[in-house]
Amino acid sequence: MFVINCPYCGERDQSEFSCGGEAHIVRPKQPTELSDDEWAEYLFMRKNIKGVQFERWNHAHGCRKWFNMVRDTSNDKIHAVYKMGEKPPVI
Amino acid sequence: MTKYRINKTRFVDQTKTVSFTFDGKKYHGFEGDTLASALLSNGIHLVGRSFKYHRPRGIMSCGSEEPNAICQINDNTDLTEPNVRATEIELYEGLKASSQNCWPSLNFDIGGINNLISPFIPAGFYYKTFMWPKSFWKKIYEPLIRLSAGLGKSPTQPDPDIYDHKHEHCDVLVIGGGISGIISAKIAAKNNLKTILIEDKNILGGSTIYQNNKNFIIDNKKSNEWLMNEISELEKLDNLIIKTRTSLAAFHSYNYLLAKENISDHLPLDKKNGSIRQRLWKIRADKVIVAAGAIERPLIFNNNDRPGIILANSVKKYLDFYGVSTGLNNIIFTNNDSAYETAVSLFEKGISVKIVDIRKKSSSNIVKYADELGIKIYWNSTVVNTFGYKKIKSIEIMNLSEDGSNVTGNKHKIQCDCLAISGGWTPMVHMHTQSGGKLDFREIDQVFVPSEKSENHINVGSCNGDFELEEIVKNTNNKVKKFLNINEGGFDKISVLCSKELEKKNIWLLPNTISESKTKSFIDFQNDSTAKDIKLALREGFKSIEHVKRYTTTGMATDQGKLSNMHALGIIADTAGVKMGSLGTTTFRPPFTPLTFGAIVGRSVGKFFDIVRKTSIHEWHVQNNAKFENVGQWKRPWYYPINNENLHEAVQRESKAARDSAGILDASTLGKIDIQGSDASEFLNRVYTNSWSKLGIGKCRYGLMLNEDGMVYDDGVTTRLGENHYLMTTTTGGAANVLSKLEDYLQTEWPELDVYLTSVTDHYSTASICGPNSKKILKKLFPNKDFSDEAFPHMSYQDAIIDEIECRIMRISFTGELSYEINVESKYGKSLWENCIAAGEEYKITPYGTETMHLLRAEKGFIIVGQDTDGTMTPIDLQMDWIVSKKKYDFIGKRSLYRSDTMREDRKQLVGLLTDDPNEILEEGAQIVSELDKKPVEMIGHVTSSYFSPNLNKSIALAVVKGGKKMNGQKLFVPMENKNINVTVSDFIFLDKDNKRINA
Repeated sequence: MFVINCPYCGERDQSEFSCGGEAHIVRPKQPTELSDDEWAEYLFMRKNIKGVQFERWNHAHGCRKWFNMVRDTSNDKIHAVYKMGEKPPVI
Repeated sequence: MTKYRINKTRFVDQTKTVSFTFDGKKYHGFEGDTLASALLSNGIHLVGRSFKYHRPRGIMSCGSEEPNAICQINDNTDLTEPNVRATEIELYEGLKASSQNCWPSLNFDIGGINNLISPFIPAGFYYKTFMWPKSFWKKIYEPLIRLSAGLGKSPTQPDPDIYDHKHEHCDVLVIGGGISGIISAKIAAKNNLKTILIEDKNILGGSTIYQNNKNFIIDNKKSNEWLMNEISELEKLDNLIIKTRTSLAAFHSYNYLLAKENISDHLPLDKKNGSIRQRLWKIRADKVIVAAGAIERPLIFNNNDRPGIILANSVKKYLDFYGVSTGLNNIIFTNNDSAYETAVSLFEKGISVKIVDIRKKSSSNIVKYADELGIKIYWNSTVVNTFGYKKIKSIEIMNLSEDGSNVTGNKHKIQCDCLAISGGWTPMVHMHTQSGGKLDFREIDQVFVPSEKSENHINVGSCNGDFELEEIVKNTNNKVKKFLNINEGGFDKISVLCSKELEKKNIWLLPNTISESKTKSFIDFQNDSTAKDIKLALREGFKSIEHVKRYTTTGMATDQGKLSNMHALGIIADTAGVKMGSLGTTTFRPPFTPLTFGAIVGRSVGKFFDIVRKTSIHEWHVQNNAKFENVGQWKRPWYYPINNENLHEAVQRESKAARDSAGILDASTLGKIDIQGSDASEFLNRVYTNSWSKLGIGKCRYGLMLNEDGMVYDDGVTTRLGENHYLMTTTTGGAANVLSKLEDYLQTEWPELDVYLTSVTDHYSTASICGPNSKKILKKLFPNKDFSDEAFPHMSYQDAIIDEIECRIMRISFTGELSYEINVESKYGKSLWENCIAAGEEYKITPYGTETMHLLRAEKGFIIVGQDTDGTMTPIDLQMDWIVSKKKYDFIGKRSLYRSDTMREDRKQLVGLLTDDPNEILEEGAQIVSELDKKPVEMIGHVTSSYFSPNLNKSIALAVVKGGKKMNGQKLFVPMENKNINVTVSDFIFLDKDNKRINA
């Protein structure tokens, strides 16, 4: 049970948040131009890193804002949180 | 005083007698006793039978590590509780306890035969034996195993006790109220930190509080006296909360901890008075100091499990804390100095004691002192056997060989009535590892100690591997100061004198003259696994500690291997010839000690189990005899039986009435999302499969929403209220997820869109009136409104006023009938509904529930997302190609509709099914086959919706069938348990395909 520092609300209990999986996967602007394989890469392929991972989180039971978080999956240490659209920090 | 209550102590009030029963017989103990100490004071050691061999077992310890003294408490059907450790339950007036796992009685247990046939039931016996013949499993093996399995009896009635949860925040949480915990808590609290100290026993002090030995001196006082003084000072501190009878259950990441407080378990029955029984504390601590202590290890030798064989430090606690002697003729069997404190205590009370030590000598102060007192010590010796069935009577000892791997010389028999054993100490690293900490193996005394420094928690005292009093006091002071960033600890100039252990020796499995296969050297006392079981597992090829553990069940009992895990590891390491540190440990999982279900669920029982959502019309439904069904958290009217109708009869009547005259449905639960912003139309274009740009203001349109993988996710009608204003409806169950998904796209993929979403599900109540007479009823309700098809066509909306209340009327239909939905602010819902019922009375307007709604829409071939779809259906599979825009460049899920897999023609597709016998109703979920004789049977689809249609007077069903689109008219079969039902594939629109009714 982590404490997450929502970029809009501040520190809140993990139970208020939901995780939306890997961050920085951009929806292709022109899906019709993509081959089946390229589309499948966007649609299905996700990393599952043991270590530092960039994730999307949603303050579902709070401000309902989505934001990004850098978390080490091996020890749950949260390295950074930042708003959608902001540049990912170098970890 | 009884024969065994030989000592007066300050911890047990011998003026207050408490009576209790054990196995139906009445005994007496005193206030302050545990069930275990009270039983021992009455000379009772035999308290249970072992799990597998049904060997007699006695009390072995004095704490949560107890493997044997597992009791059933109380005998009523609602409050009885199995698997309670006698060492942990405080005695109260009227306590009823009984032994478990024995039949017909503790003293004569038929299962004891397992002990005689034990050579035939080694580790893995069940896995190996009950494999064949296969047919024996169901009728013979399983019932027999079930009969003998399990410990104790569960209550058969609901738990009447109250449990509680409470959240707490603090600067410092100290786990454990022994000497190191007390020092830590005092340093923290004196430095203005909000501190909580939790201790699982009823008083603070750990094992130092009864140390009372002149070899252990702190600041010129005996250690126990010094500590008592510290405790009384501690109790005066303002910013310190002391929670006794509170045990830590779990230590999660980010210093989130769960602790269980026993509030009324120790009170006499008549004083519990409906008080809360247990409270689960959910603590978020800035810093955590673990001072959980250590558990004494047993020694592993032949027949080491007889009643009367007790851990040495527990013998000392029973004597010095409870005033009870566990025996009058004691032998102490040890590999370390700590057991000598027990010997000295016994000797000083005039009780006979001898010592058997596997070491060749020990030159510490406490050993010298014992020697000076004249206590007989057998050096370099080991116990090779014990005797006495229900209570130990004597032991045999032999000398150890030079390297300790064998025994030499003659056997020497010694009489005794108690054998106190000590194999050293195991630090309680459970908390540390639960929080993610790692361990190091310390060779010198063969212990795992916490490694890796965490910023947010530390371990102090014996759980950190500091076993000697001086180390404990000084290291705790220094460590806590550094951890809390404090200059003055208050214990900086303390002087500590104690005995120091210089000679150490450990043998995991003690040698014997007889072959291993003929010995019973127990490692896990509760699960009856022995050293030879571990060796057998290794011979059979198991290598990983996790596998050996599961195969032999070592460490898998309710004590979670607190006494057994280290020996199992040690024997594996010795046998396999590897270093113990390289084996790793098994995983320590929460809870540390078993938690009651009551404590876990707290107040969330009965009507507080989940939120119940009711519409504003709910009371009317209740008054009109509605039966309800749960849709998500909503209570929705399911059907309205009249005169004892069953579900089928009520639904047939309601369905007929809705098509023949008029029906009314409470549709308030449908999800509603208010969408506003200059890009609202573009947004809808992107999230629905069809086009929204040209939808006029005041018009409604049905939309289908896909996931990015092309599968149908939700559907509903959206109304354009204004230029930049829409009202979207979603399925009842999908509302929250749809909003969340839409927000996700808006915030992350399309932040440039000017769109705002608001959930308004609860804001409006909806009455949906359908049927050929619905227009007449609407005219009565809204006399000034023009309901002609030209003025108010299908799929349009208008504002209106009823009883001076503004409302919205949508002419939309989910039943295939002419239909209007009236929306008002929720608080007027019931009054609107009653107006509708009154206006419809002359047309016999019939309220109908969800079941009739499902039937009516199935007649018309409308899908229900989640019933006819299951996350694997595309709109093409549903034969809804018409709703997928070819012109739009993109929408969510579009690209996936052109993946090779979604374009396969043999995907499951939506079809109608008609049974050859029109009265035969298919079961929803039933499988469909095309060839009955083919083996293996090829299942080509399943029934998704099935009803008897009163309007068509025949059974109808929707189904998904592989390649179903091209199978119209084909004969298929639905095999059931006793028969095969013949069906024919049909169009899935059964009624009014050309929409005459909707446009009536």
